[in-house]
Amino acid sequence: MSTQLTPILTRFWDDPQSWTLATYERHDGYKALKKALKMPPADLVQMTKDSGLRGRGGAGFPTGMKWGFLPPADGGPRYLVVNADESEPGTCKDIPLLMATPQFLIEGVAITSFAIGCNHAFIYLRGEVVHVYRRLLRAVEEAYAAGYLGKNILGTGFDLDVTVHAGAGAYICGEETALLDSLEGRRGQPRLKPPFPAVAGLYARPTVVNNVESIASVPLILLHGAAWFAEMGTTKSTGFGIFSLSGHVARPGQYEAPLGITLRELLEMAGGMRDPTKKLKFWTPGGSSTPMFTDAHLDVPLDFESVAAAGSMLGTRALQIFDETVSVVRAVSRWADFYAHESCGKCTPCREGTFWIKQIMERLEHGQGTQDDIDKLVDICGTILGRSFCPLGDGATSCITSAVQYFREEFEAGMRTPAAELFPPAACTLFAKESVSA
Amino acid sequence: MTHIDSDPNYGVVPAPDTDAYPDDVLAGLRVDAEQVIARYPRERSALLPLLHLVQSVDGYVSPRGIELCADLLGLTGAEVSGVATFYTQFKRHPNGKYTVGVCTNTLCAIMGGDEIWDSVREHLGIGHDETTADGLVTLERIECNAACDYAPVVMANWEFFDNQTPESTKALVDDLRSGAPVTPTRGASKVCTFKQVSRVLAGFHDGLADEGVGAGPATLQGLRVAQALSAADTGSPGGLADSALLDAPKGNREATK
Repeated sequence: MSTQLTPILTRFWDDPQSWTLATYERHDGYKALKKALKMPPADLVQMTKDSGLRGRGGAGFPTGMKWGFLPPADGGPRYLVVNADESEPGTCKDIPLLMATPQFLIEGVAITSFAIGCNHAFIYLRGEVVHVYRRLLRAVEEAYAAGYLGKNILGTGFDLDVTVHAGAGAYICGEETALLDSLEGRRGQPRLKPPFPAVAGLYARPTVVNNVESIASVPLILLHGAAWFAEMGTTKSTGFGIFSLSGHVARPGQYEAPLGITLRELLEMAGGMRDPTKKLKFWTPGGSSTPMFTDAHLDVPLDFESVAAAGSMLGTRALQIFDETVSVVRAVSRWADFYAHESCGKCTPCREGTFWIKQIMERLEHGQGTQDDIDKLVDICGTILGRSFCPLGDGATSCITSAVQYFREEFEAGMRTPAAELFPPAACTLFAKESVSA
Repeated sequence: MTHIDSDPNYGVVPAPDTDAYPDDVLAGLRVDAEQVIARYPRERSALLPLLHLVQSVDGYVSPRGIELCADLLGLTGAEVSGVATFYTQFKRHPNGKYTVGVCTNTLCAIMGGDEIWDSVREHLGIGHDETTADGLVTLERIECNAACDYAPVVMANWEFFDNQTPESTKALVDDLRSGAPVTPTRGASKVCTFKQVSRVLAGFHDGLADEGVGAGPATLQGLRVAQALSAADTGSPGGLADSALLDAPKGNREATK
């Protein structure tokens, strides 16, 4: 039987005032917090472990285990930092979640903070989404006013302050240790690990860094039970997640489904390809940092294990769909520009390598590639992958190596013919399609 | 009006000199800064919001703003500059009243962002990080802004303009320059100025959170599909079992716990 959608986090996104506390409370909002505050914190950590929830920010590390890594309380502060720096190309799930229902996150922050013994939590939001920042500020204000945040929450003696912090434009700040440096008022550059944030994070204190969607799922797990969550998805990739379809698909958007759903199923729900006469050429399972797939991968279950077994990563479930009108060389060349722009400059393989890749891709895109450019690309990628300081460098190589693997002949054509001649850019735009179908 | 360089500033052009803050402005900044610093356990964490605050007054990270931040946080001017130059939202020269950013990362570029960029650049006669002579519009190529399901996307002072075309974007910049009302697709009812938005990003809520939609059409696509299936499937336990469980009074699974 085919997989069905499971609107859980998304289920009242169509409410006219979905972001308010009143709406949230109409949909069981803060019932989970009331329940949590009566439980021993260790039980909350165990519940999260039992649910099998894995980080929704891309890496898929088990959330409950991350909480469990905190050392025993020593009387000093411990912090929860929510990573809302959503910037991975193709990824567009946390921003709509925070725009529509920020209270899911705030309640999740309160429960998680109680579970890990934190009295001051931070939400690090990228700075380029001002209305989402307003919604978060308002959500926190409302939660304070209702007594869900602040001193002596609901009379239990538990205190929690939440600070919503706006970044200022830097993709690298989505890397958890770079985020912490940025939150400490520094350039957002990654830190050497170990020590991991659980031991020495914000202000060198024990810190949990979790993605928005991970924390937003916590109230639902508490309300409905770890078993309820674990029943969805696959054995090792439990629960539901928001899948973001974009590009050449008839109805791009957010589709919440159990992990393990396939692109074929999602595409069918999304009305198929934007132009049904055009074939799917390539797609990313989890953003530009995950190796691309082709139409041969339509039936790969989108869970952590299956996607990895097929040679990519589930990442952030950012499904960017490209049809046969698109030059893979042009697409990859633009991603190469992105990584060169966003490389923080801390380590040599990434700082230099991304610039070399960018220059070679530019030659290939303009039909001016040289005989050994493809081998050089692959060689540079081999030098970056696994040798850069943080995953940004690894991610920069994914689209290159996978594109060469599946579309080598297009790179070879880049020694002679500009991509724009082989694949006229006008044919793949949204407006090109509209003028045809209108 | 401050002189606006017509050449892009890649960091080699020194920022224009500025006079010291007038006393009343400085007093206001210090009051605001105190509130910002109070949000954090350690004061240096306030640096990014303080730089947004400087931009809310000066329209860019000015030399006097850098000195103020350094003074407030016990840092050197070099330390503050080192942080400010790391982040793309911090401007090194006076910004226009409106920043218009065209997403030209791969997905948006392919869906039409490149055509939008070319046409609006030609229309305004300026390039990346340049400002129109009237000081109203600063044009930028931007990276992915987390709205790929609405590609191609244009941001005006960090408000969403979804599913844009070359024509709609040219109309947008014309309206911003003429002062005609402009409404973001998903955002406040109007586009605030760069300085106003910078103040919000410093953490000072402008009270506009309740304006605009909660979700645009693409955001709701999956929910609509599920709702249609559920309506076609009433009475059957299949389809939307899980969400039906959530919407209805707590069902069997809840009771079993």
